[in-house]
Amino acid sequence: MKNTLIICILSFSVQAFSQNTASPAKGDFIAVAGNSVKKEKNISLKPKASAILEVKWSALEKLLNSNTDTTYIVNFWATWCGPCVEELPYFEQLNRNFASQKVRIVLVSMDFVQDKDKRVVPFIEHMKIKSTVWLLNEPDANSWIDRVDPSWSGALPATLILNTKSKKRAFYEKSLNYESLAHALGYFVEY
Amino acid sequence: MKKYALILVGLLVGLGAVTTASGLLTQPALAADEYRIGDAVKNFRLKTLNGGMVSLSDFSDQKGVIIIFTCNHCPFSKAYEARIGALHRKFAAEGFPVVVVNPSDPKTHEDDKIEQLSFLARDKGYTYPYLVDDTQTVARAFGANRTPQAYVLKNTGGTFTVQYIGTLDDNPQDPANVTKRYVEDAVTNLLAGKPVVITTTKAIGCAIKWKDA
Repeated sequence: MKNTLIICILSFSVQAFSQNTASPAKGDFIAVAGNSVKKEKNISLKPKASAILEVKWSALEKLLNSNTDTTYIVNFWATWCGPCVEELPYFEQLNRNFASQKVRIVLVSMDFVQDKDKRVVPFIEHMKIKSTVWLLNEPDANSWIDRVDPSWSGALPATLILNTKSKKRAFYEKSLNYESLAHALGYFVEY
Repeated sequence: MKKYALILVGLLVGLGAVTTASGLLTQPALAADEYRIGDAVKNFRLKTLNGGMVSLSDFSDQKGVIIIFTCNHCPFSKAYEARIGALHRKFAAEGFPVVVVNPSDPKTHEDDKIEQLSFLARDKGYTYPYLVDDTQTVARAFGANRTPQAYVLKNTGGTFTVQYIGTLDDNPQDPANVTKRYVEDAVTNLLAGKPVVITTTKAIGCAIKWKDA
């Protein structure tokens, strides 16, 4: 129960976190093109929050072992992975269309941590990603790949759909489109 | 009957069965044919960057070979480039050279065109054989699915057997913070006549984009 609460608080705060950052980030972008004074104002008002949260394995482990009726769609991707970038809009579409359901999308970036600020953050802003984005800073992937799913080779993209309360899970080591995602989600969510 | 039992089990574990089925559908031939630890590797013959040909059997006078599937467009492969060179420098003289195989489809990845690779090889002074598997037959035979992926092969009287499959070490991002050197440990053990302790590892990598069959 305690764990569920923590996860709920965590996911909501992350959600709020990423949504909060969407508008200042956008404002920032406009400011860069137009008025540089405005940009400075923005920064001084509020420290520039990153649209992406750097996490350790424990964050993902909590999510995997939570006991919640929220269905999590955890997508492993990277900015340099072509097929991953291609399917990101489908996850965004899912995020919008299932906003009223207990569905949470977590896009877990496998980009190197040193690329976070110069590559991943601008990418998220450019793509206007609204889903929660994590960057998993755990280079020793051999220690955790099997814990996501034993069938996963480590190739990207990979997607885990999980509902811990109803003990349902589906894992895909391949590209997905909106139809296949929505179809798969049908086994988890009544809509 | 067996089939129904399987379906039931599948239903019981929720979507587990669906996952497995879809996994099999994406790579039908690989699951059954891929090399596993202890398997003997069939000879292969591939083009080198300078127009020559290299076969696995050319290394019959060596103690073994470290085959590394890699490419030129993948950040993980790039991160390991220097370490691949270091492995070759360390072990080639001891009879365990590195052989790099690039299974990228140059139609998908401009960076993996042979001209581009040849330029890099000259520029960076690759000392190991760099083979082009543009038909992807060798990668398929091995069951490689991402880059970089290493296979340590032991040579016993001209027969090469798989002793290790996986990543080079436990930290692609930062060579200074590597704590487990899987390939190095495997080769060191083999050179000492000892069995390999960790025989398989997994790693995040760039999926090999297969040409349409």
